[in-house]
Amino acid sequence: MISTDSDPTNPGEDGRTHHLDVYERRWMIASVALLVVFAASVAVAGFGLGFQVPGHESRVDPNTVADSPPWNNPGLRDLGNGEYEVYVIGRQYLFEPNEIRVPVGATVTFYVTSVDVQHGFKLQDTNINMQIVPGHISKLTRTFEKAGEFPYICNEYCGLGHASMAGSLIVEAQGG
Amino acid sequence: MLTQPRTYQLDTSQKRFISYHLVIAVIALTVGSIFGPLQSFNWGGLDLYQFLEPIGLGDYYKGLTLHGVLNALVWTTFFITGFLTLTTIVGLGRPLKHPRLNWAGFITMAVGLVMAGIPILAGWASVLYTFYPPLEAHWGFYLGLTLVVVGSWIEGYGFYLTYYQWRKENPDTRTPFITFGGLITMVMWQLATIGVAVEILTMLLPFSLGLLDGTDPQLGRTFFWFTGHPLVYFWLLPAYISWYGLLPREAGGKLFSDSAARLAFWLFLLLSIPVGFHHQFVDPGIPNSWKLIHATLTYGVAFPSLLTLFTVVASLEYAGRKRGGTGLFGWIRALPWHKPSVSAQLLAGILFMFGGIGGITNASYNVNLVVHNTAWIPGHFHLTVATAATLSYMGISYWLVPYLTGKPLWKPKLAVAQTWFWFVGMLIFSNAMHVLGLLGAPRRTDLNSAPYVPEEWSGHLLRVSIGGAILLIGVILYVLIVYKTARGKDHLPEGEEIEVPIAESITDPQLTPMWLDRWRPWLVGSVALIILAYGPQLAQQISNAQFTSPGFTP
Ligand code: HEM
Ligand SMILES: [Cu+2]
Ligand SMILES: [Cu+2]
Repeated sequence: MISTDSDPTNPGEDGRTHHLDVYERRWMIASVALLVVFAASVAVAGFGLGFQVPGHESRVDPNTVADSPPWNNPGLRDLGNGEYEVYVIGRQYLFEPNEIRVPVGATVTFYVTSVDVQHGFKLQDTNINMQIVPGHISKLTRTFEKAGEFPYICNEYCGLGHASMAGSLIVEAQGG
Repeated sequence: MLTQPRTYQLDTSQKRFISYHLVIAVIALTVGSIFGPLQSFNWGGLDLYQFLEPIGLGDYYKGLTLHGVLNALVWTTFFITGFLTLTTIVGLGRPLKHPRLNWAGFITMAVGLVMAGIPILAGWASVLYTFYPPLEAHWGFYLGLTLVVVGSWIEGYGFYLTYYQWRKENPDTRTPFITFGGLITMVMWQLATIGVAVEILTMLLPFSLGLLDGTDPQLGRTFFWFTGHPLVYFWLLPAYISWYGLLPREAGGKLFSDSAARLAFWLFLLLSIPVGFHHQFVDPGIPNSWKLIHATLTYGVAFPSLLTLFTVVASLEYAGRKRGGTGLFGWIRALPWHKPSVSAQLLAGILFMFGGIGGITNASYNVNLVVHNTAWIPGHFHLTVATAATLSYMGISYWLVPYLTGKPLWKPKLAVAQTWFWFVGMLIFSNAMHVLGLLGAPRRTDLNSAPYVPEEWSGHLLRVSIGGAILLIGVILYVLIVYKTARGKDHLPEGEEIEVPIAESITDPQLTPMWLDRWRPWLVGSVALIILAYGPQLAQQISNAQFTSPGFTP
């Protein structure tokens, strides 16, 4: 990959006159190939297959966001056809609501914001994991195929009471 | 082949100047490291903070702030500036052009450290070493950190002026490798720290002084991570300087490829900075297309690390075979594992391979959803900053402290044991942390008082404590050995001087093409890439900034 301006009358100790060794050159090519494959894979998984990270949603004023709909009444909204939205507010040191119940098969879109400092929102055993930044809304969607309890915990340090900040999503068996 | 000139010898005042850096670095590591084991015991269910309550250190998060700041910022920055002073002077074979300027830089750093330390100890700055707004610390904390950074810049100017003089006198000579690596490290650092400097000076300092009522937390994060990722290369590159430029000599060999080593350093300058969004994959305020661009560039910066793997291993293999090692792996055994400095750096390198694999995982865009802010992340960076960098610095100090003090290393065999304590402790600790992260355990959390810890985690939490206890022995031994060496009564026998172990290259460095020793194209390229990768999105965030978030003290 690199041109050489080496001096053949002045070989290195191992007889090399090029400043790059042949194995070194092959290693470089293999490394680049590997990294290109990685980059392509995540791009396809993210933008092609929809395994997405939370994107740019919308801005709010953290001082007033909790005064008007939908944030003045955080919690679950049933949109019909098994689709749900849930609005969660993070504040030092609790989530509102701290319990959410949905039926098996529900597709839930989580909207989360903070009214004070940064928090985290991690729904255990799932890939719902979002940074909660005051002034922004974080959003991710997931379908719940199995019944069970999924704790959601704050995973960004938010002050001295941070360790107690958690809630629980309960996925209920059909008809239960 | 050039005949190796006798290495330039430092005089007493130069040695003392470098030693002062190390003294502060080691004190910071000592104090900072007390909290690491405390945290790990807390996770395992043994909460010792109650006993520290009487001396005002009973709070987990005050301790965690001290741990992060003292270890990741102070131990590293002071060690690195001291070490780079050495690589500049010894590499170029001349004294600093303006020693007073470097002294001014050092004093600025020390003043900053005191200024930041007081509010942390008083409990007015329990905001952790990332100080995400709108958590608000006392202004002294922000100003102190700024002074530490500015002081390191000033020391850097001293290096540049010294180099400039040398270059004028030696226009066609390749810059000696250790100096070259040191200068790139410093330039990269100065470009990188612009982010956090802007964050502190335009947002956090006025905010904490009450001049601004609110702040924009998302913008603050973006500025922070502009600096935050290259920060990890600031920690690593000095270790790389040693792995490429010193370790081969210590191991009895030579640097395998001067060109590849230089190319790697330039690529680190080029690619360390425009990748910060990989720490913000799950942030709400950044479009996903920009995140993907930074993810791709992050794979780019993995390239020079892979190159480093090849060149360093090849250099070591050369050394091992020269020492009589044969076969596919025989050369590994033939390396001088009995030398503490070598053992430290070899073990650091081995753990760093796992660190590198973990790093690529973290950088993998949507895969980050699995690990973001979980215990996996500290599991990862205790392999990088707390091992690849820290254990290498420890290894460096095993020849550097004798070199600076003229005294033999105290109990070299114990020093070898120390490196193994660190290795084994870290292997257990970090493996457990990685597993816990995959199980969902959060980082930065007083887990002993968290209500949601399932039974499933407990075995791994215990392993975190066990690893922490072994690491504690590792720290105590290190500090003891350095202290006993420096305070020892014996001096090195007459005529037996320690030399800085500068490795020769197998190929004559003059064979390395000149474009690998030219600053302008690489500097222009770095700035251009930063502007492309950050410019549009940063402009967007700045123009949409809303300084509406009021401050909260933790
Ligand atoms: C004595 C051995 C050490 C042990 C047992 C240890 C243990 C720990 C533990 C358990 C945590 C996680 C705490 C939490 O997330 O709640 C942590 C965090 C951290 N450690 Fe260490 N550590 C050690 C040495 C070091 C060293 C040498 C460095 C750097 C040079 C370092 C840098 C950090 C940083 C930057 C954090 C993250 C702080 C934060 O999240 O704000 N540690 N350490
Ligand atoms: Cu929290
Ligand atoms: Cu990074």
